[in-house]
Amino acid sequence: MRFLDIQKMAVHALGKNKIQTALTMLGIVIGVSAVIAMVSLGEGAQKLVQDQVAGMGTNVLQIQGGGGWNAGGGARQGNDQQSLTEGDVESIRQEVPTVKLVTPIAQAQGQFVFGNQNWQSRVEGSNEHYLDIRGLKIDQGDFFTAQDVQTASRVVVLGKTVAENLFQGSDPIGQTIRIRNLPYRVIGVLTPKGQSANGQDQDDFAIMPYTTVQKKMTNSAIPRINRISVSAIGAQATGAAKDQITELLRERHSIRPGQPEDFRVNNLTEVAEAAEATTRVMTLLLGSIAAVSLLVGGIGIMNIMLVSVTERTREIGIRMAIGSRGSYIRMQFLAESVILCMLGGLIGVLLGIGLSVAIARVMGWPSFVSPQAASIAFLFSAATGVFFGYYPAHKAASLDPIEALRYE
Amino acid sequence: MPQRETESSASTSAPVIQLSGVHKIYRTGEIEVHALQGVSMNVRRGEFVAVMGPSGSGKSTMMNIIGCLDRLSSGTYILDGIDVSTMSRNELADTRNQKIGFVFQAFNLIPRTSALANVELPMVYAGVSPAERSERARAALEGVGLGAKEHSFPNQLSGGQQQRVALARAMASNPAIILADEPTGALDSKTAEEIMSMFQQLNRERGITIVLVTHEPDVALHAKRLVRFKDGLIQEDRSITPQDDILTLLHPLEVSHEIP
Repeated sequence: MRFLDIQKMAVHALGKNKIQTALTMLGIVIGVSAVIAMVSLGEGAQKLVQDQVAGMGTNVLQIQGGGGWNAGGGARQGNDQQSLTEGDVESIRQEVPTVKLVTPIAQAQGQFVFGNQNWQSRVEGSNEHYLDIRGLKIDQGDFFTAQDVQTASRVVVLGKTVAENLFQGSDPIGQTIRIRNLPYRVIGVLTPKGQSANGQDQDDFAIMPYTTVQKKMTNSAIPRINRISVSAIGAQATGAAKDQITELLRERHSIRPGQPEDFRVNNLTEVAEAAEATTRVMTLLLGSIAAVSLLVGGIGIMNIMLVSVTERTREIGIRMAIGSRGSYIRMQFLAESVILCMLGGLIGVLLGIGLSVAIARVMGWPSFVSPQAASIAFLFSAATGVFFGYYPAHKAASLDPIEALRYE
Repeated sequence: MPQRETESSASTSAPVIQLSGVHKIYRTGEIEVHALQGVSMNVRRGEFVAVMGPSGSGKSTMMNIIGCLDRLSSGTYILDGIDVSTMSRNELADTRNQKIGFVFQAFNLIPRTSALANVELPMVYAGVSPAERSERARAALEGVGLGAKEHSFPNQLSGGQQQRVALARAMASNPAIILADEPTGALDSKTAEEIMSMFQQLNRERGITIVLVTHEPDVALHAKRLVRFKDGLIQEDRSITPQDDILTLLHPLEVSHEIP
């Protein structure tokens, strides 16, 4: 018997009972589309998290001054806030081999004024490496240089939101704005990053040399450093960098073993990994729940195929009488269930893709259809056809032709 | 073995069916049913045999064995020179496919499948190419006068037409024998007569060997030879002559006529 004839026979048999075929297929369609929609959503969420992490900068460690938390969970006393010094920055740069770039961060708030426009925003003071560490880019103009940092130039690079609110579309480069009543020259505008996952505007800030912030914007006598931002030489190095920085700063701050630190090193990669692991587990969970519906669909196939074998007992008897081997009968029934499942799988893939795009649009998530999930779900549906079709097909093939012919 | 048997039966043509000492025992739990108790029978090429007998006489069992649907418990069965007594399920299926054309009482066409596709089906299992099998199937349908009905489904055809499609299906693969099991049992007498003349015509004009099971004497009258079963044995085996009529076939002949 020719292979193509078996396929034709199976398609013909499926075509005889269109409603039954369609309903049986529906189980697989729902199962496959659920798997694809769930996994795609999960992976979309994962991608969202990854994007945010990339937004925080690559391989970034943040050293928070005085941000240590005691065992009770509350913040430690406020006077530790100024525990970080320029000496710390310098020694991290020189002594920690896994660190690539370092910048001190000095923060301030202020009213930005240009002409009759004004805007309340915050200022991040840093050195010339800020963009590289945070993974940011300049849209217009330039960033400030090491020279500017050294001389505490009164220059400012604006986030897109600030620039738009102050300049209302006119070119900000070279203009002078006033922050806390002091004039600063706008030398650049950052490429916008949009909203963060929790809806925060990531473009609503400005950057200046930290020396400028320290001298012009804060009133304290000691130059203040709120944070140190560090980028490690690679993603794998962040753990080592964290350990090395902690050790170095404990030593520099003369903290004895066992005593709590007056600083805190946050490894953003770790945070990112934790978040990613969470979404991955969520994806897996959603996927497994959806897979259960595929399983149920498969059992539906088996049920219908068993009914079909019983219904067609006489037909099987006729086929055997006129010379069909048992194996041809088995192949025909198996082909029926596999074709049913693969067709259902195909429709399910298309439906699942449509569904995940639709849901992603409603939720405002990046729409991300996982081709892996689609192909796995499709192959799984074909495997479902073989697995759940085999027993009914085998049952059909082992019928006794005489008994089957006599069946009413 | 087959060759020697063939030579020993020194008649004009070689037997297409050779049964010798065939026993068939069914076991259902503790009970044994001895359906055939040592049947020997030869059917030569071109014969038209009517098999008669009351129910339980073993004629159905005989038909199943001749049709390679069932296996015998002991004895030998040589079909068209091939010993089928010890064949496996698959070999039996292939033998049915190539050597036997079935015609059943209930027509047994595949439902919701065109007449042409039904006739083609045995050739599909034989692996004949689509072009060749549709050509042969069309020819077979023409042969039974249903050339115009090739696209009709069985439920659109009358009983007589369905049986003719079944006959075309049986003929299309050039079988060694046609095995008809009560082929007129579901037909009115006029249609039955049509079908029976068709069998006669096939036998007379194309020399096709036919084995026909029936319990109706007027149907059996169309055959050339009568084999009557009783209690798992052949009770009577004789030619049907023009002198025979329904009454002479209704009951076995007196002792004097029995074959020694």
